[in-house]
Amino acid sequence: MITKSLYQEVILDHNRNPRNYGSLDNANRSAEGHNPLCGDHLNIKLNLSEGYINDISFQGESCAICKASASMMTANVKGKTQADAETMIQEFREMTIGKLEPNDKHHLGRLTVFFGVRDLPTRVKCAILPWHTLQAALNSVATISTEADDDPMHVSIGNA
Amino acid sequence: MKLVESLLKSPNTSMFDVEQIRADFPILKLKIDGKPLVYLDNAASSQMPQPVIDRMTKYQTMQHANINRAVHYLSETATAEYEKSRHKLKNFINANEEREIIFTSGTTDAINLVAHGYGRKFICSGDEIILTTLEHHSNIVPWQMLAEETGAKIRVVPINDEGELLIEEYKQLFNKHTKFVGVTHVSNALGTINPIKQMIEFAHARGVPILVDGAQTAPHMNIDVQDLDCDFYTFSGHKLCGPTGIGILYGKAILLERMQPFKGGGDMIASVTFEKTTYNTIPHKFEAGTPPIAAAIGFGAAVDYLSSVDLSAIEAYERNLINYATEQISHIPGIRIIGSATEKVAVLSFSVDRIHPHDIGTLLNQEGIAVRTGHHCAQPVMQHYKVPATTRASFSFYNTMVEVDALISGIQKVQKVFL
Ligand SMILES: Cc1ncc(COP(=O)(O)O)c(C=O)c1O
Repeated sequence: MITKSLYQEVILDHNRNPRNYGSLDNANRSAEGHNPLCGDHLNIKLNLSEGYINDISFQGESCAICKASASMMTANVKGKTQADAETMIQEFREMTIGKLEPNDKHHLGRLTVFFGVRDLPTRVKCAILPWHTLQAALNSVATISTEADDDPMHVSIGNA
Repeated sequence: MKLVESLLKSPNTSMFDVEQIRADFPILKLKIDGKPLVYLDNAASSQMPQPVIDRMTKYQTMQHANINRAVHYLSETATAEYEKSRHKLKNFINANEEREIIFTSGTTDAINLVAHGYGRKFICSGDEIILTTLEHHSNIVPWQMLAEETGAKIRVVPINDEGELLIEEYKQLFNKHTKFVGVTHVSNALGTINPIKQMIEFAHARGVPILVDGAQTAPHMNIDVQDLDCDFYTFSGHKLCGPTGIGILYGKAILLERMQPFKGGGDMIASVTFEKTTYNTIPHKFEAGTPPIAAAIGFGAAVDYLSSVDLSAIEAYERNLINYATEQISHIPGIRIIGSATEKVAVLSFSVDRIHPHDIGTLLNQEGIAVRTGHHCAQPVMQHYKVPATTRASFSFYNTMVEVDALISGIQKVQKVFL
């Protein structure tokens, strides 16, 4: 069953030992993500210069799905260009709402462990919150919420 | 297991055949991914027994027409059945008269009706409304909207760490500005049963009317509004084995008569001209438009069903369930029970060390176990305990000790996943 495959070892491991967890001294962008429905919140800090994400960190309180998603996201976008990160944000979002299939061309690598979340509509927001927050940080929007009107991706998530 | 055996043999439960009851609920035979459904989300909504389903089907197949409007056979039948349901609800809560029972779409609708019909007419700037920390959002937000509009103030009764209202503090909140009290009979997030009779007496001694939110009470114990002497009482059909979209507001006739209507439309008027409309008498004044007739009739069938099971037997059986569940869960390391009032219904809210409620809920679902995770529309309660959310197992009289065991081993499995 899909939910069984969602809590795979890689997700449990990132939940137990999150990568890039903590603050970041040389950050020049940051954003706060919040899911008022479950109280999850997360702060992302990053150093962006000459179009590259040189460093990135996250901190917060959330469920395992959200934390693992944040941990794997930071590991995957570190060192990438802003444009590459934005492609991944788009692809991750499409994967979780069922618009991107595992066999389609994508740049998500092992992030496809989150593929199963599409079958748990109430958990899609957990997986996607870090990606929202990253988008907001890249665009320097200070806080975002999964329920806010000004959330740029809110409509798409609502359709999930 | 010893405890189960002794509980099953206790006099209270022997008169209560849970397997026979379960046979009445078709949905309980469901398998979720091959595992038997263990439905422990009854505080959110309960399941419906066959007699209620059958009653609604019969209405829809053989008795449906609009009510109060036509002289033909079907309209007269539908009207009579709808009113019969009102009569059943009147008896169910021991109200004095049928006209004190207003059909609403549910508890939320009923509270909004009072906030509008009573509040906007009788509560002004500087007046105070007393609510409690234990309220569901539906008994907070309508009053906040009223307060914002009128300039009235909201005062809040605090709780202790067991999840019980601090009654001395409640008494201290009263002053000459106090105009209304809204209190939940039973907390949906914690299960606490509030000492409402005492609270009503105190409010009445100061001439203050009181609304009791009974959404979580009705499926668990007998309600007698005359004995309580509350001014308003409300609950929803879907939490007591009835359908969604229906509930009642009980109000003392003398108050209902003085209140302004909530919604305008057909059925709530005596006569309409463009110069002036005069309103119908209660309860019709508050029942504008075509109501959910099938749901109202199903609601009546649901209270018949509950009465046939016997609410005193239900109360005793559920007490055994919650005692057993509380005892079993407290043996699991890393568990914090949230809400341990001396007087509580069969609701078990808890958190598990280092595991988020959402993950618990998703993983229990894999075992076929339905629980609720989140803030339960009671964020002030969550704030008191400084948690964003809890996992809540809420029991009904059709749940069994075996299902409690399934919950306990489910939680242990979740802990193993996160070890
Ligand atoms: C204590 C309490 N009050 C009010 C409500 C609202 O009931 P409804 O959604 O049926 O209007 C609920 C339901 O969750 C509740 O538990």
